[in-house]
Amino acid sequence: MSAVPLLKVNDVSKFYGSRIGCRNVSFELWPGEVLAIVGESGSGKTTLLSCLSTRLMPSSGIVEYHMRDGQYRDLARMGEAERRFLMRTDWGFVHQNPADGLRMTVSAGANVGERLMAVGDRHYGNIRATAADWLRRVEIEEDRIDDQPRAFSGGMRQRLQIARNLVTSPRLVFMDEPTGGLDVSVQARLLDLVRGLVHDLGLSAIIVTHDLAVARLLSHRMMVMKDGLVIEQGLTDRVLDDPREPYTQLLVSSILQV
Amino acid sequence: MTDLATYNFAYLDEQTKRMIRRAILKAISIPGYQVPFASREMPMPYGWGTGGVQVTAAILGPKDVLKVIDQGADDTTNAVSIRAFFQKVANVAVTTKTREATIIQTRHRIPEEALTAGQTLVYQVPIPEPLRFLEPRETETRKMHALEEYGLMHVKLYEDIARNGHIATTYAYPVKVEGRYVMDPSPTPKFDNPKMHMSEALQLFGAGREKRIYAVPPYTDVVSLDFEDHPFEIQHFDKPCALCGAEQVYLDEVVLDDKGGRMFVCSDTDHCEDRREHGHAGHLLAQQEAAE
Repeated sequence: MSAVPLLKVNDVSKFYGSRIGCRNVSFELWPGEVLAIVGESGSGKTTLLSCLSTRLMPSSGIVEYHMRDGQYRDLARMGEAERRFLMRTDWGFVHQNPADGLRMTVSAGANVGERLMAVGDRHYGNIRATAADWLRRVEIEEDRIDDQPRAFSGGMRQRLQIARNLVTSPRLVFMDEPTGGLDVSVQARLLDLVRGLVHDLGLSAIIVTHDLAVARLLSHRMMVMKDGLVIEQGLTDRVLDDPREPYTQLLVSSILQV
Repeated sequence: MTDLATYNFAYLDEQTKRMIRRAILKAISIPGYQVPFASREMPMPYGWGTGGVQVTAAILGPKDVLKVIDQGADDTTNAVSIRAFFQKVANVAVTTKTREATIIQTRHRIPEEALTAGQTLVYQVPIPEPLRFLEPRETETRKMHALEEYGLMHVKLYEDIARNGHIATTYAYPVKVEGRYVMDPSPTPKFDNPKMHMSEALQLFGAGREKRIYAVPPYTDVVSLDFEDHPFEIQHFDKPCALCGAEQVYLDEVVLDDKGGRMFVCSDTDHCEDRREHGHAGHLLAQQEAAE
């Protein structure tokens, strides 16, 4: 693990007119680290994620990324071409709804291969072999390679979306509620898979979730957000076992026990 | 009097022609780039070549010789009516001979005979955007062209191979122009794609409904997209033309009777007639002559 952070977030705020999206968020993300952002709906988690992943421009503050050449770059000052290139090579973005992140009308193989073709891979056989390999890694049977994602179940779609994002070996993956809308057994399988992949590939990830169980399983560190502010952050086990803020205590005690 | 006669020549008013010519000039300076233009209502329905007609009207001069083809043929409805239209509104000379024409308006084909310097080929284009069926948002496709993000085009070809075992796109086959813009060569069969490469003639594309003009200037690189292990190929035909015996040309299938009889003949009627005049005969023509 290198000794410099992958992502440096300094005092990021986003305002929607007079309304607050998120306010004065600062943190650093280290290589190989998984950070969970938790909080109730409307607390600014997704706004923050969008600001970090350049899908939204922050109103103020700086997000810097450690490029592969060792330089830190201010994402807001990058050209659009470079930013989009970064997003489809060094980054991944897993949407809550797989239909937003997949091309529903082209086959699973082409979905996985799209990023390869976007960076200039022009050998059909190699693209297909890589796609088949990635389908296997996300536990989709290889004979489904020519099926369209709309023939897939929700869990398979989500796994396909993950494969599509990881095929260019990104270093940073953003996930917005990756297990939302899946039933518990499928969730468990997906979480297991993501945990395995993150560990094997040494990925850094920022995961937005309202599900504390997801945060507990996947993340090393977590941030709790309320009304656009980060009210508590620390190691996941520390925050969940020994919450300091009253709101965090409320969140933790609201988990249903069966 | 002669000055007055050329005023508002060829249907469109002078301001409109000026606007279209400006779009054409811009299109020629950026090969393959789709230039938006204020397409006018034309006295024919969309889909009949309103884009091509406007481009032709904007570049047509009194001394030009016009040829109009539809699917390679000079005698089909679309070709006949557009030719009649320009005869009426511009009183220009018309021809069916590829060699004699200075402007050729086409719907689907590039003539078999190689075009020469000074000739202009005007295409009628239904859907100018090659990325359209993969990315429905115009804002997004424009951005993709601007940033040269053409990976998606190969996704389409990948899908073809995954489904059919080979690249099954036979028409509107995407090309890269001068190493930069990916362009839809309109619904011409991919058989004609190699003819666009380094062509001596100027090629102009007009899409009336979609309000876009684009161009391939003479001597421009036009490369059909493909994969290393699935290279670009044109269609091949087993038999020569049944009437003129030509090989290495694009053929149309014609049903002869209701007992399964059919023949394959040149899609380019002028080319076929020319060959027959020069004494070439395909097997059907030879049979007919023998019967007589």
